[in-house]
Order: sequence, then C-alpha cells, then structure tokens
Amino acid sequence: MLRLQSFYYGGFTVAEVPAIELKNITKTFGEVVANKDVCLTVNRGEILSILGENGSGKTTLMNMISGIYFPDHGQIFIDGKEVKIKSPKDAFEYKIGMIHQHFKLVDVFTAAENIVLGLKDEGRYNLKKSTSKIKAIADLYGFELDPNKKIYEMSVSEKQTVEIIKVLYRGADILILDEPTAVLTPQETQRLFAVLRRMKADGKAIIIITHKLHEVLSISDHVAVLRKGEYIGTVETSETNESELTEMMVGKKITLNIDRSDPVNPVDRLIVAGLNCTNHDGVKVLDNVSFTAKSGEILGIAGIAGSGQRELLEAIAGLQYLDSGEIIYNNPKTEEQENLRNKTPIQIRELGVRLSFVPEDRLGMGLVGNMDLTDNMMLRSYKKGKSAFLERSNPKKLAEKIVEDLDVVTPSISTPVRRLSGGNVQKILVGREISASPSVLMAAYPVRGLDINSSYTIYNLLNEQKEKGVAVIFVGEDLDVLVELCDRIVVLSSGKVTGVVDARNTTKEEIGLLMTKAFGKSEGGKK
Amino acid sequence: MIIVSFIQRAVMQGIPLLFGSTGEILTEKSGHLNLGIPGIMYVGAISGVIGAFFYENSVGSANIVPLLAVIIALLSSMFGSLVMGLIYCLLTVTLRANQNVTGLALTTFGVGFGNFFGGSLIKISGSDMPSITLSATSNAFRTELPFAHKLGAVGELLFSYSFLAYVAIIIALVSAYILNHTRVGLHLRAVGENPATADAAGINVNRYKYVTTCIGSVIAGLGGLYYIMDYANGIWSNNGFGDRGWLAVAIVIFAIWRPNMAVLASILFGGLFIVHNYITIPGLGVEGQELFKMIPYVVTLIVLIVTSMRDNRETQPPEALGLPYFREER
Amino acid sequence: MGFHVIKRDGVPTWKKWLIRVVSVVLGLLVSSIVTLVLTGTNPLDVFSYMLKGAFGSERRMWSLAQGIAILLCVSLAVTPAFKMKFWNIGAEGQALIGGLASVTCMIFLGDKMPNWLLLIVMIFSSMAASAIWAVVPALFKARWQTNETLFTLMMNYIAIQLVSFFVYKWSNPIGSGKIGVVNPNTHSGWLPVIADKSYLLNIIVVLILTIVMYIYLKYSKHGYEISVVGESENTAKYIGINVRKVIVRTMILSGALCGIAGFLLVSGTDHTLTRDTIAGRGFTAIMVSWLAKFNPITMILTAFILVFFQKGATEISTQMGLNDSFSEIIMGIVIFFIIGSEFFINYKIKKNEKEVKE
Repeated sequence: MLRLQSFYYGGFTVAEVPAIELKNITKTFGEVVANKDVCLTVNRGEILSILGENGSGKTTLMNMISGIYFPDHGQIFIDGKEVKIKSPKDAFEYKIGMIHQHFKLVDVFTAAENIVLGLKDEGRYNLKKSTSKIKAIADLYGFELDPNKKIYEMSVSEKQTVEIIKVLYRGADILILDEPTAVLTPQETQRLFAVLRRMKADGKAIIIITHKLHEVLSISDHVAVLRKGEYIGTVETSETNESELTEMMVGKKITLNIDRSDPVNPVDRLIVAGLNCTNHDGVKVLDNVSFTAKSGEILGIAGIAGSGQRELLEAIAGLQYLDSGEIIYNNPKTEEQENLRNKTPIQIRELGVRLSFVPEDRLGMGLVGNMDLTDNMMLRSYKKGKSAFLERSNPKKLAEKIVEDLDVVTPSISTPVRRLSGGNVQKILVGREISASPSVLMAAYPVRGLDINSSYTIYNLLNEQKEKGVAVIFVGEDLDVLVELCDRIVVLSSGKVTGVVDARNTTKEEIGLLMTKAFGKSEGGKK
Repeated sequence: MIIVSFIQRAVMQGIPLLFGSTGEILTEKSGHLNLGIPGIMYVGAISGVIGAFFYENSVGSANIVPLLAVIIALLSSMFGSLVMGLIYCLLTVTLRANQNVTGLALTTFGVGFGNFFGGSLIKISGSDMPSITLSATSNAFRTELPFAHKLGAVGELLFSYSFLAYVAIIIALVSAYILNHTRVGLHLRAVGENPATADAAGINVNRYKYVTTCIGSVIAGLGGLYYIMDYANGIWSNNGFGDRGWLAVAIVIFAIWRPNMAVLASILFGGLFIVHNYITIPGLGVEGQELFKMIPYVVTLIVLIVTSMRDNRETQPPEALGLPYFREER
Repeated sequence: MGFHVIKRDGVPTWKKWLIRVVSVVLGLLVSSIVTLVLTGTNPLDVFSYMLKGAFGSERRMWSLAQGIAILLCVSLAVTPAFKMKFWNIGAEGQALIGGLASVTCMIFLGDKMPNWLLLIVMIFSSMAASAIWAVVPALFKARWQTNETLFTLMMNYIAIQLVSFFVYKWSNPIGSGKIGVVNPNTHSGWLPVIADKSYLLNIIVVLILTIVMYIYLKYSKHGYEISVVGESENTAKYIGINVRKVIVRTMILSGALCGIAGFLLVSGTDHTLTRDTIAGRGFTAIMVSWLAKFNPITMILTAFILVFFQKGATEISTQMGLNDSFSEIIMGIVIFFIIGSEFFINYKIKKNEKEVKE
C-alpha cells in the first residue's frame, strides 16, 4: 500500500495525467437531452463526487463510461489516450469497474463464488486460491467480509462489499459507485468511506454519485454538479459549502405559471402520526413520520428518490405493513375518525374512506397493461353491486369521458393500455382515480416522463381537486413544481421528516438543504 | 440371501431412474423444467433398439460382435435423445416457447415415437422376426465382471451389474463434482439461479442452456436404453417403460437437486417399486401392491412440502426454474 | 454484426391467424413426409386417410365430436388456473379422481336409488372429489409458495395408484384386474342416450360448459379477478383483491370441472374405470388451452385440430397395419410447429445496426 502510494505520489505529481477525462460528452434519447457537454476529470488518488437531483443525467453519464450507452458526441480519455468504450467488456479492459445501485449477485452463492463468477482466464478453478486473493484485497483496503458467507445471509452493506471487491478482483483502478450510501446506515457509510479513502491512498480513481451534501463534503476532493442534463461545473470541495452546492444543484428559480388558489376552509383530513416501517432487507424506511393533510390544499412531499415516499403512500393506501404509528382519517360525511393503520385496501374502502392513489408504477400497479381502457376503468369499481357479473357500460362511458376530457390519444377504448404513450397512460390512471370523487388523493410522481402539455393537464387536475375540497398529497421530484403547485411541503430524508415548509414562503435552496440533511443531525421537526 | 437379491433388483430398478434424474437435474440447474424427460427416455430406448435391431438383422444375431453391438446401440440411443434435447432447446430458448407446454408436447411425441417403432419396426423393415427380441445385443450389454459371483454377497451387491449401471453412478457423481467444484458448474448454477446476473458476468446464458439441456437429454435417454437392454433382456414391449420418466422427475425433488443424492434416492425408489415382491404383509393382496407403488410419489410430495415450508435457501429449486430469460426483457 | 430479436406488438389479427395456419400446414407437410418415409404412402393418400379417419362415416364423426368434447372439457378445467399463471399440470389426476368417485357411486349405489338421483349424486361427488384433489396444491401454493407444477404432477401419480388399487379391489370378475362394465344390465349410473346418439349428451354438456366458461372468464367478476391476478399480483393487491383466496377458489373450480370430465368419461362413455381412462388428456388439455390463448371458444378449434390429427393418424396406422401410436407422433409434430409459430407473432428479428446498445 505504501509502496503504491509512493509510486503515484513520489515523482509524477508535476506531469500528472488524469486517469479518466471526459470532454463535451452529449447524449440524447429521442428529443430528451440526457447529457449536454459534460466535462469531467479524475486523477489517480482522487475522489470525485457527482451531484445532482433525480433526472439530472448522472446515471446516463456513468453508463457511458461503463459501456452500456455510447455517447453521441464528445471524447473519453483514459490515461491521456482517447478511447471508445463500446461494451461493458471494453470498460473492463480499461480497468473501469462500476458498482450499480441494484446488486447483480446470485443469492445462493457464497461471496467468493460471486466474485469469481464469469472469470475464465484464471487457470484451474480453485476457489481456495481465489478466497485468499479476496482476503488479501479485503485486508488491503480494510473490508470486513467472510468470503464463504452466502449472499442471502448478508446485509445490504455486505452485499455492496461483495460488489466492490468483485470489481477490484478484476483489477479495476477506476471505480464508479452509483449512490452507494442510499441503502446504508450511518455507521456502514462511515466504514465505506474509510475503505474509499484507503483505495484513494492506493492510487485508485474514484467517482461517487450521491445526493447527500454532507457526504460530498466529507469524502470528495472535487464535486461536479449536473442539473437537468447540463453540466454546471466542477468545484474544489475544500473551497465550497453546502449552500453553494445546493444552489448549483437546484438552480435559479424558474417561474412556471401554475395557478395556485388559497385553500378554502382547510380541515384536518388525514393525520399521520409516528409511522415506522422496516423493509425486507431490515432497513428502516419510515422513521417516526408525522404530518397532517388538510382538505382543500395540496400537500407536497419532497425528498431524494428512495427516502420513504413510496412506503409512506403505500402505508396509507393499505399496501404496506407498519411497525407502529397511526393513520387517522376524518370522515367528512360522518365526522367520525377511522384508523387506517394496517388495514387492507378493501377494509379501507368499506369504512367509507374515499381514498384515491396514483402509484408510481403505473403499468405494474395502477393499471393492467394487457387490458383495454374499459377494463382498466373497472379496476377500482368492478366489485360494486351484488351481481356476479361485470357491469361494463359505466366503465366504458367513463373511459370515453376521460379520453374526451383529457385528450387521450388512443386508437380506441378497446386498445390495451400498454400500447399507449406514457402521458396518455398517466391521464387514464389519474382520470380514473379522480372519477371516484375522492376526499384524499395521493399521486406519486404523476408527471414523471411526461411532456410539458401532459404535465400541465395533470397539475390542473390536481388543482381542480383541491378546489373541490379534496386533500391532495403530491409526491414530486421537481422542486420548481413543488414550490409553485403545493400549499405546504413535507420534506423527507432517509425516511425521516426533516421539515414542513410553507410553499409560498420557501425557496428551493431551503428544501434542497432539508432533503439532503444528514442522519442524526436534526430531529424531524415542524416549522 | 433374499436381502442381497432384493438390493440387486432395487439397484437394477433404480438405474433407469438415476439416468433420468441426473439428466433432469442438470437440465433444471440451467433453469429448464423439462417435462419432456419421459418422452426423451422412450426415444433413447427405442433409438438404441432401432440401431441394435438393424445391426442384428443385417449380420444375424449369432454373428454379432458384442462390442460393436453395444457401441451401435449406445450411439443411436444418444443420437435420438440428442435430437429431442435440440427440439426442446430450439423451441424454448431460440423460439421462446413456454417450457411446460413444450415439455409435455415432447413427452407426447416421444412416448408415441417409442411405442410406434416398438410396434411397427418389424413391419417397416420387412423382417421375419416375430417380435423385437434383441437377446444377442442384450447379452453384450449385460456382460458382468467375471469375479462378481465369486466374492459372495459383497461381490453380488457391488460387482454384479452390467457396465451401464456403473456408468450411471459415475455420471451422477461426476455431475455432482462438476456442479460444485468446477467453474463450468458454477457458471451453470448461476444461469439457473439468476440468468441476468450470469449474463452481466459475461456468461453465455443461451449456450449454457442449450448444451446442458442436450447433455441432460442424452443422459436421460441412456436410462431408457438400460431398461431395454438390461432390465428387459432386450425385449421391447409397448408402454413397458411405464411412468419411470415421471418418477425420475420426482427423484429430482426428492434428491433436492443433487446428483449424488439421486444415486441413493434412485435405489431407494427402485426398492420401493419391487418391495412388495419380497415382503408379504398379511392382507396385502395385488391391490395393496398398487398402494405400495404410491409411496415414492407420496414421499416426494412430503419432501416438496417440507422444503417449501422450511424455506431453507439451500434446498430450494433453482430460482429461475421454468422462467424464460431474454436479455432485452430484463 | 448479427441479429437481435425484439418484441412486437399490435400484429393484426389476420396476420396472427395467417402465421398459425401456415404453421399447421407446415406441420402437416412434415407429418406427411414422415409418413412417406415410414410407410411409403404418398402424401395425398395420407390426407385422404386422415379425412376418412375423422369424417369417414357417421360413427366416426360422432367419435370425433366425442373426442373433442372430452378433451375440451378437461381444457376448460385447466384454463382459469392457467390464466392466473397457476401451472396446474395435474388435470390428469384430478379427472381420474372424479372418475373414481363416479364409478364408486355406480358400484355401491347402483341399485339403491332411482337413476336420475344416482346421476346427480355421481356428478356432485365427482366434482367434490376432484375439487379436493385440486385444492390441496393450491392451499400449499397460497400458504408456502410450494411449487405447484411439481406438486400437481405428483398428485397425478398418487391418483393413478389409488385408482389402480380400487381397480384391483373391485375387479370383476375377481382377479381379472379390471372393473369391467359396471351395471351392464340395469344401466344404472349410465348417462342416458338421447336421440339414439350415445355421445350426444356428453357433447351438449361440454358445449354448455364452454359457453358458461367463456362468459365466466369474460363477463364475471371472478373471471376479471383471475385476469388481474394473472397479469400482475401487484395490481391485484393495489385494488384489494385477496390473491390467496382467488388462487384457492379458482383451483376448486378447475378441479370441479375436471370432475365433470371424469364423470362424462365414466358415466357417459366407458361405463367403467381403468388407470388409463383419462388417456393423457390432462396433459393434452394444457396444450389445447395454451394454444387457444385461454379463450374457450378458440379452444373448440384447437381441440378439434388435435383430435383430428389423432383420429386421422389412427386411420393411417390401421390402413397400413401400423401401431396406433403413430397418431401421437403426428400430433407431436403439429404441436411443435404451432408452439414454434407463436414466436413469429410475438417477436420480430432485426439486423443489428452499428453501435446499437441493447
């Protein structure tokens, strides 16, 4: 380790050639510009953070370095030589190793078996020899890993360790980590950072993608910021601070011209108190979440993707088991209170709770792709009535009405919805959920992947509902939209509420800071 | 000595099952639930019979060269089952057809193929043999080790079988070794557990599926050949092979996808198949024997249920078993 | 350079059927080549034998219709479960248990009640017995995710051995190993012959069931739930469907229909029971249902194709003095072609362009 360090730092500091350099990389998908003129430089023995909101093009950029996509324009240099990375295999030959967010591991294999999987040119298969090589790598960088442990017995952080050693075992010296801390506890994050620092000292070039500002500041040497596909710039970590980075990340305020009326007679409709939820991997995804949704207002929920938004909405909709907490619904008709915690969707409906939910996964949850428009309309209502048979005339009328009212482009209402474009699919889903005249409407990322016009259609629909006195809960990722559309905004960070702000008197920077607030640094408080 | 002869018979009953289950285990390890195995075993049997039949017919059964007879029967059997394996792979891997439907069609076809040629071979070839009796070839197959019967019970138990029986056990043990101790085995298991991961690791998923399924078919087909040449003394009778193919599929579960376990399981099942001939239980008539034959299936079912309840990851079927894998649908 | 395969959508219906017809024709061609090689018969004669075998006489046409009806009945039974993506390959055993229940009633209740009552008792006991046989794997699947394909497969052989046991126990004459025709003189428990056509009632019953199943799947709430569970369990949960309940309920229905098939075979056709009474229909039915994309009306056609080839090939083997397993070879070849043809409906093959990444 020391020997390597002196090799890299002893004599070559003057004419140092970057390990990897990107010049003016541009990539478009159809009309969407995912990356525009991105320039990056990473030297050996350095850690570069790439910072940006969801959809800012970070993952596309990394996929180009690791050979999954090929850039439209621009050049990539490795050790000063221009290269073309056309496949993951090419990337591997240039000693680039990527650690994806979603692990690619075989569950019933041991760590060692996973690490050597697919390697062919090692001579005789000798797991013992490989195991000692793995142990050597682990010792060198301070990983804690039992090579003989099965993946299914491992925690998320152990699995991540396996993925990292996998690329090191293959000789990678440029490492790319895609949001490595998203799934880790603070202690595990600290351990990972210690390892990364050791790898840096060993002369590896490391790129880490993250949203968490304090992590950026603590681990990296430089920070490159992307916003909506555009390269904003690179700064020295030592010469910047949280607020400067936030501003670079969220940008200047853009006026969207979304009409926003003042809430009329807001009443507490849904009171969420102290929700706690643990996922399959044993990670706490909701941590003491409390807030109140009022009638006649749009409550925004902001947060980095994966901060607990999905679990929160699913818990309210009766799809997620909660460890503790209460979800109290004030029935506007009977003025009675119902506790929705751990009830099934049917039980919730039978209580007379009119709850509509536009889930994030439109075709995998909200709609059935292979069914036509009419049959998708029935998903919510098919059970109505005592008859054993379906009643298709009203759903058909509803489908026709939605196609008409929301300008859905479809060959006919008997077309399977999977054949429609994303915007049209979403109009159908939102249209159906609104048609149930809900008193609570939850929408998760309802404009994701939609063009401007479709997006505005959705905003207008949400506003109409608000004016009708519905309590609307809107989970969004675009801060400009959240600030202009919502009345209040709850900010989630790693399953905790880090703040509730008044959307009319807040700034994107304030929300951005709350979104990236560290673990344990603050308690979920109300403003 | 009744015990010795019982075990001998149990082993002989078990060997076709062992071929079948080893073949199916390898196939399932690549993620393919091949329900065509019963048909493949019929085809393996009849193909060997056809090869041997034409050879015996052309030179006369008295003049056959034993070694050549064995080789001809083996090669034609292997060719027949290989074609079956290729049909399965062509349909399920290349043309992406449903595995269950393809397998069942293969079984319909294979059983029909076996019975058709078994019944019509003589007519088609214009031979004057009264029935398909390949005694000469069968004798060649059943050559035993010369010292087998001189070593008393030990010799009878361990050395009295024909060579294909040892081949079956060796194949099973070698398969177990390959699966657990070689790189090819590791890659194969990865394909059956998580093809997307295997693909990402640079393993050619489709090639593994093709090769393994075809090898599995050939091995299973040998089970059919053993049954005819050894167990049935070279006499073909239609449907004589019965449901042994399905029993082989059952053993795969019973052996929890381990070929070395399949050796024991096959002999055990073979024993259960014939135990009623050896012990007389008062009041157990012919009908009781039929209940006895149910035991292997019931036991298998219990193993299936218990393993699913215990949810122990080590005893589960390959995770991607029966699921298609197409890269662009990842 | 190379080729890659991409999914395609929205192939017009006429084109789909064109591809399928072409595949059947290709299957026929290959079958006739096989026949030519094996028997030396020229292909045209082969087809005329086939037609003769299937439609050659009134008796044959009835036998064809009866064959279609029974196969269709089992196919209807497996369809709802398959639509739900529950791989029940145990229809063979389920139908056999239904047949066992029927024959048990015939033997023990034959002279104890009027025939109409006996028939009702038989139908219900068959349906109940088969439903129990089918619901066991469903319960384990719903509770412990036990692999249903392997479970139902084992249940087949347990059923077959159980039937074997009773066939020996009740063999008539004793020791013959066969039950023989039950109630040959009184005909009690025999489905009545209407309009002098012995299979007509079977055919009518199955036709009614086909229409009922079509309506059930397409227009009933249960059918809708089956579709949703089959398409996406997540959506089913989202709208509050109890997935376990749907699995169990649907398998009870599947089983009950298998029971009717067993009843029709025992009471309306054979008037006896052997371990081969179902004759592999439990497996063939899976192909019928799958090839028809789970549409009961289309299943009439797919069942027809399979039974036609079976009858036709049987005729060829009779004419040529060959073994009647010839039909299974021909059926297998045709099914291979139909299965293979689906690929060309669902996918298209494209030449790779340069620098295209997945």
